[in-house]
Parts: sequence; C-alpha cells; structure tokens
Amino acid sequence: MVAGSQTGSQSDVPGALVHDLDAEDEIEVMSQRQLIWRRFKRHRLAMAATVVVAMFYLIVIFSDFLATNDPEDIEAARQYTPPQGLRLFDGWKPDLHVCKLVGTRDQFLRKVYEKDCDQTVDVQIFARGYEYSLFGLKLDWHLFGVNDPVETAEDSIFILGTDVQGRDLYSRLMRGTRLSLLIGLTGIFISLVVGTILGAISGFYGGFVDNLIQRSIEIIRSIPTVPLYLGLAAAFPADWSVERRFFAITIVVSLFAWTELARVVRGRYLAMRQEDFVTAAITAGASQRRIIFRHMLPSFYSHIIAASTLNLAFMVISETTLSFLGLGLLPPAISYGTLLFTAQNVQTVALAPWLLIPGVFVVVLVLSLNFMGDGIRDAADPYGS
Amino acid sequence: MLAFIIRRFLYAIIAMWAVSVISFVIINLPAGDFVTTYIATQLATGNLILEDEAESLREFYGLNDPVYVQYTKWITRIVRGQLGFSFEFNAPVRTVLAMNLLNTLLLGAGAVIFIWIVAIPIGVYSAVKQYSPGDYIATFFGFLGLGIPDFLIALVMAWVIFDTTGFLATDLYSAEYRTAPWSLAKVWDLTKHLVLPVVILGTAGTATLIRIMRANLLDELKKPYVTTARAKGLTEWQIIMKYPVRYALNPVISLTAYILPFIISGSVVLSYVLDLPTIGRDFLRALTAQDIYLSGAVILFSGWLTIIGTFGSDMLLAWVDPRIRLEDD
Repeated sequence: MVAGSQTGSQSDVPGALVHDLDAEDEIEVMSQRQLIWRRFKRHRLAMAATVVVAMFYLIVIFSDFLATNDPEDIEAARQYTPPQGLRLFDGWKPDLHVCKLVGTRDQFLRKVYEKDCDQTVDVQIFARGYEYSLFGLKLDWHLFGVNDPVETAEDSIFILGTDVQGRDLYSRLMRGTRLSLLIGLTGIFISLVVGTILGAISGFYGGFVDNLIQRSIEIIRSIPTVPLYLGLAAAFPADWSVERRFFAITIVVSLFAWTELARVVRGRYLAMRQEDFVTAAITAGASQRRIIFRHMLPSFYSHIIAASTLNLAFMVISETTLSFLGLGLLPPAISYGTLLFTAQNVQTVALAPWLLIPGVFVVVLVLSLNFMGDGIRDAADPYGS
Repeated sequence: MLAFIIRRFLYAIIAMWAVSVISFVIINLPAGDFVTTYIATQLATGNLILEDEAESLREFYGLNDPVYVQYTKWITRIVRGQLGFSFEFNAPVRTVLAMNLLNTLLLGAGAVIFIWIVAIPIGVYSAVKQYSPGDYIATFFGFLGLGIPDFLIALVMAWVIFDTTGFLATDLYSAEYRTAPWSLAKVWDLTKHLVLPVVILGTAGTATLIRIMRANLLDELKKPYVTTARAKGLTEWQIIMKYPVRYALNPVISLTAYILPFIISGSVVLSYVLDLPTIGRDFLRALTAQDIYLSGAVILFSGWLTIIGTFGSDMLLAWVDPRIRLEDD
C-alpha cells in the first residue's frame, strides 16, 4: 500500500515527516519511479534481457559501422560460402583473423570456395571499407574488417557466410536488424497513440462508448491474425516503393497490437479510479487534468511500457512471418523476414544451414523483449513483493 | 441463464457481421475488379473473352452496383453456400475448400488434443512442485515456444529430422499413397506425417496453456478448503485431483477457443513451410495470385469459426460454472 500511495515526486512529501532515514524509511519517501526501478533491478533475468535489447538498438544505430562488407554487393561466384567465423587468438597470442577462402574449380569447372585454415586473413580493428552515412556524416570506418577494397573473395571476410547471390550474411544481418526494429518502433508508436486514446476514452466515458470500443476489440482479437494480415498485405501492389510498403506493413502489424494497449489503459484507469489517493486528490480539490496527469498517469505508464515491450516482440514476429511468406517486405529491403525468405525450404536449409542465423537473432530479441516486459510488469505492480 | 445465452448469441451475430464486412473490404482492396484480372489471365493463356461476356460476368457479380448492394449480394450468396469461383484452381471455391478440408481438420484437431494432453499434466506438475527443477524447465520451454515464430520451429525441426534420419517430413502423404484409396497402410503413413506438424502447431498453444493452468492451480492451492481437506486426512493426490484441478480446468475450456485463432494462423504458415496439402496452403496460393473469392472465403470462415468456437466455449463454461452465468445476469 505504501508503494501505491506514493505517486508524486519526493517534493510531495512534507519535509517535517522525513526524520531519521534508515533503510525502511527510505522506501517510504521514494518516488514511484525509484520504487519500480528498485524492484526491477532485483529481477536478474529482466536486467540481462534489457542489456540484450539495448545491444540490439546499438546495432540499429551503428549497423553500417558494424558491417564488414557492402550488404548489397552481389558476386555469384561466391554463393553459399560457409561461415568463416572470427578467431580472436592464434595459439595464446591475441590475433584477430579468419580462415582464408581458397577458390577451386569443381567437376563442372565452376568456381567454388572452401575454407583453408592453414592460411589466414588478418582482420584489422577500425578498418576502412565501403562508404556510408551516419548522422549525416560520410564515413568509411568500420569496427573491424579488411583494409583496402579487395577484388577477390580470397582476401575478403564473410564471418557468417554468404547467401545464394554471394552477399555477406553478417553485414546484411546488421542492416536487417535496423529495418525489423524500425518497423517495430513505428508500429509501437502507432499502437501507443491509438491504444491510449481509445483506452482512455473507453475508461473515462464508460457506458455506450466503452461498450462499443470493447466489443470492437473483442472482434478484432477473435480474427486469426495471419490470414487477416496476409489478406491485407496481398492487396498492396507489388510495385510500391520500399518506403511505402514499409509503412503499409507497419500499419498492418499494428492493427492487432493497439487492442492490448487499449485494454491495459482502460483496465488500469478503472482500477485506479477507486484508489484512495485519487479520492484524496479529488477531496483536496485537484482539477480533473491534474488528477489524470499528475496522480494517475505516473502509476500506469510502467504498465504501458510493459505492454509496448511485449507488443514489440509480437510485431517483430509478425513482420518476420509476413516477409518470410513473401507478402511482407520485399527485396531489396533487408529485414529479418526477407533474410529468412532465402531459407525457404528444408532442402535449402540442409545445403546452407547458416541462412537460419537471422532466426537466432529473432528468437534472442523476442525472448529478451518478453523477459524485459514481464520484469517491468512485475516491478510495476505495487502489491508485488 | 436465458438472458445470458441471448446476449452472448447477439454478440456472436454482430461479430460475425463485422468479420464479414472486414473480409469484404479485403476482397475489394486490390486495384481493379477481379473480372479485369480474370480477363487478363484468360488472355495470357490464349482464351479470348468477348467484351459482352465480360459485361455479363460483371452483371452477375454485381460489380456495377453501389458498394452496399455488392456487399448484400455477396453475403447472401455466401449464406446460401455459393462461395464463388476460384480462378487460380479453375474450380468452384466450395470444391477447392472441400478438397483439403479433412487434412486441415485433422491437423487442427491433432494440435488441440496435443495441447490438452501435454499442457494440463505439465501445468499441474509445475503448480504442485513450484520452483522445482521440473517447473523451471517447463517455464523455460514455455517461453521458448512463445518466442520462436512457427515457421522457424518447423524449418529447424524438419531440417534436424532430415539431417539425422533422412526422412523428409514434408507433405502429409508419401508419393505412393497420395492418390491411393484409403487403407490401413495409408492411415499409418498419414499418422507418421502428421506427428511433426501437430507437435509444432501445438507448441505455442501448449506454452500459453501451461502458464494459465499453473497460475490458476497455484491460486486454488492457497485456498482454505485445501487445508481443510488436508486436515481431514485425504492423500495429497486425492486433494489435488478432486477439487483444485477440476476448478482450475474451467478457464482452460475458455482458453481452447482463444487458442483457435493461433492454430489457424499457425497452420497457414506451417503448411507453406512443410508443403502440407491443407486449406492454408491453398489460401497462400490464392493470395499470391489475387484469387480473391478463395482467399476471402478462407478469411471469412476462419473468423466465423473462432467466433462460433468462442460462443460454444462460453456456453460450456456457463454450464460448468454457475457463478459465471449468475455474475452476468
């Protein structure tokens, strides 16, 4: 109850009451935000998951800096090169290198590349590579790579292998992370706006409007998502530009997500209305606006963040599935879905299993978002231990 | 009770109407009407269609009418069982749907049964032995099942099986049985092929159900009547099976309807990856070919099916648990 009633910042607590601060008293003067953070920190799995999610966002910003090769660079001769891996040590001596790719001719006289670990290619930290722009600056520095533009596959590095067109999977994965997470973020923004507004209206006005919104949500949630999403996505002309399709798909994946948020906002609002501190604020003569924004909102935005985190996971999965089926984003756009699109069937996967690596990224990201969301939700519950 | 049934029934009707409107909108989203598309495909295969023939097609499907008239005509035909013509399969939509209906139902029913058989005992175990290693393992796999997209599980499992045993787990029948009449050998062949899709399809639902079952049972186990039963000397097994489990099963009934949309969604994706002859696969083919009558029918019926399922489970729940029907009155 202590936690639930402390909604304002510390300045709301009269100074005269703060005496002799030991550990027990300290909790009593903590703001809502501090209390949530305190509980969240105890949730180790959720903390670890947050770090992982933060790393994904670093990839979003610095994807080109982290990449080693131009993600669009096609070279048919080096298709399906197995991952070279990145070795950090030569014996005990720290030395960044990869096994060299050696080109040979197969029985049909086609050029094929094989890994030969007797020869190595040195990898430099902060190498110069293809040019890209970051925050409006034209740069050609990369975290690691091979200096000087190289012409042959023998001297370049493909740490996670290449796809059917000989494009570097690792660099494409960095780019794909950017687009997949951007879809998620844009989708969250849309569902946040629609969800909170409709949820607030539903909770605030009640009655007929509430009934209408709640029934609509139930109907939307009862429709199987994949057929609905696919039906909508298939209706977009295939000749749309990458950007236009990106926004269209974002709207499609947000269709379902806002309903969850609207329910959370409405539910919290209704629960909160009965709380003593709201009654206290009303009695003290606070305006409607002040009660909502100053007293009520702080106690449920953690719930909104938790719901958004879980929604983000759902959107990443939706985009990946749509694009995998060839109805979401289309090449040349690079996202987790379009990357996995190259691993269409069992036969391809058996031939080049590394094409499933983007799937590992999806699973790690989705699990981390789930753990993080659960952690925030637990921490936000004022009655939790 | 009667008021409850009527209210729920009205909700279901309104929901079915809303789903039909959504399906109709999706059908009409693509640019140009489908007769134009049809003529284009016919021209591509060398069949000439005369302009007045096209006009009579437009007339028949009411494409010259205002939108609401088109909708009314469309929904009336659907209710009468006239689902339109699939240009992609060159057959009535009804025939196309009927072709793979059995396989689709087998897959869906198999998944639901799998979910029940696996999730309920694990959920009970997790709750009774809370925080035991078994509980942690179940929770871990539960999260994993929720976090991995269906198609990825399907690809990885099919690949692992193919890599280790050489058994290609695609399709539902081996080549020699595909057109063969039903026999014991064919049923056995089908069963072998069904195992993997059913397990994959059931995984995500199992994860959800385990979590719910565990949470419900944990709440029940804390109640005083459990202590009373224990004080009266019942064995632990008797206590758990006789009261809390039976009560905790109630939400599981309503959850089966909730899982239905996920099973339908999952089966579409799965059929594509494993090349299963189900309505889901035909649906995807119809979508890529803009075969709107077939895809529209699938969207409509999958929505209707879930609404009917939810209505049915609501009724079942009200019948099992009197508190629900009293609360709503």
